Amino acid sequence: MKFAIQVNEGPYQHQASDSAYHFTKAALEKGHECFRVFFYHDGVLNGTRLTTPPQDDRNIVNNWVELAEKYDLDLVVCVAAAQRRGIVDEGEAERNGKDATNIAPRFRISGLGQLIEAAIQCDKLVVFGD
Amino acid sequence: MSDKKQFMFLNRRAPYGTIYAWESLEVVLIAAAFEQAVSLAFIDDGVYQLVTGQDTTGIGMKNFSPTYKTLGDYEVRHMYVDKESLEARGLTADDLVVVPWEDWETEETVDNIVEVVDSDQLAELIEQSDVVFSF
Repeated sequence: MKFAIQVNEGPYQHQASDSAYHFTKAALEKGHECFRVFFYHDGVLNGTRLTTPPQDDRNIVNNWVELAEKYDLDLVVCVAAAQRRGIVDEGEAERNGKDATNIAPRFRISGLGQLIEAAIQCDKLVVFGD
Repeated sequence: MSDKKQFMFLNRRAPYGTIYAWESLEVVLIAAAFEQAVSLAFIDDGVYQLVTGQDTTGIGMKNFSPTYKTLGDYEVRHMYVDKESLEARGLTADDLVVVPWEDWETEETVDNIVEVVDSDQLAELIEQSDVVFSF
């Protein structure tokens, strides 16, 4: 089956991102496809490489990055939600006159059309959040 | 378009207090632009999103409620409201916005696409959808 995943909550505060990660990983290990993982609302905060949890805790951002590297996952952060919450890549920094970037590797910032396209292309959209 | 899907947006939260309602509306507008069959359902505190006479001056937030009235122009065809959620909050259909709809090609018109449904009907509508967004 071809899945699309939507993550609506930030890391640590809420289990949504962990659950989405475990679901996606299990699906891929079973041979299913993941068309895209789309991060929306506070979910965009999963896409900052500046996240530094204590050493004895899981690193949720790195978990996504490693999964993306292993399976060539498409991790997309919503641009409008990212702008509100300060998730910045080089293009956004240039466009909005910001002096830094914080996007994690393997993540990219793009529009809501990417979510709709994923919903059209997939067999099943699975939303993680409250 | 052969891959046209039935999109259902479940709106479950009050319009202010969290950003879910506002950012959900942004997704709805994009989905409609992709020429999908878009329906919305308002459940639990989500029914407050459609209440008329919203005034946000006291909380310093943008009042985005006028956008709902225009959804018919964005090809949104159905806006369902859960009857039990309305009743539990002391509201009736008279408290809600009226959203007209017109098919520009056939000139078919509907005076109001906001429709109160019971939970059995809502369950069936969700079951019939290809994609269910939950906000």
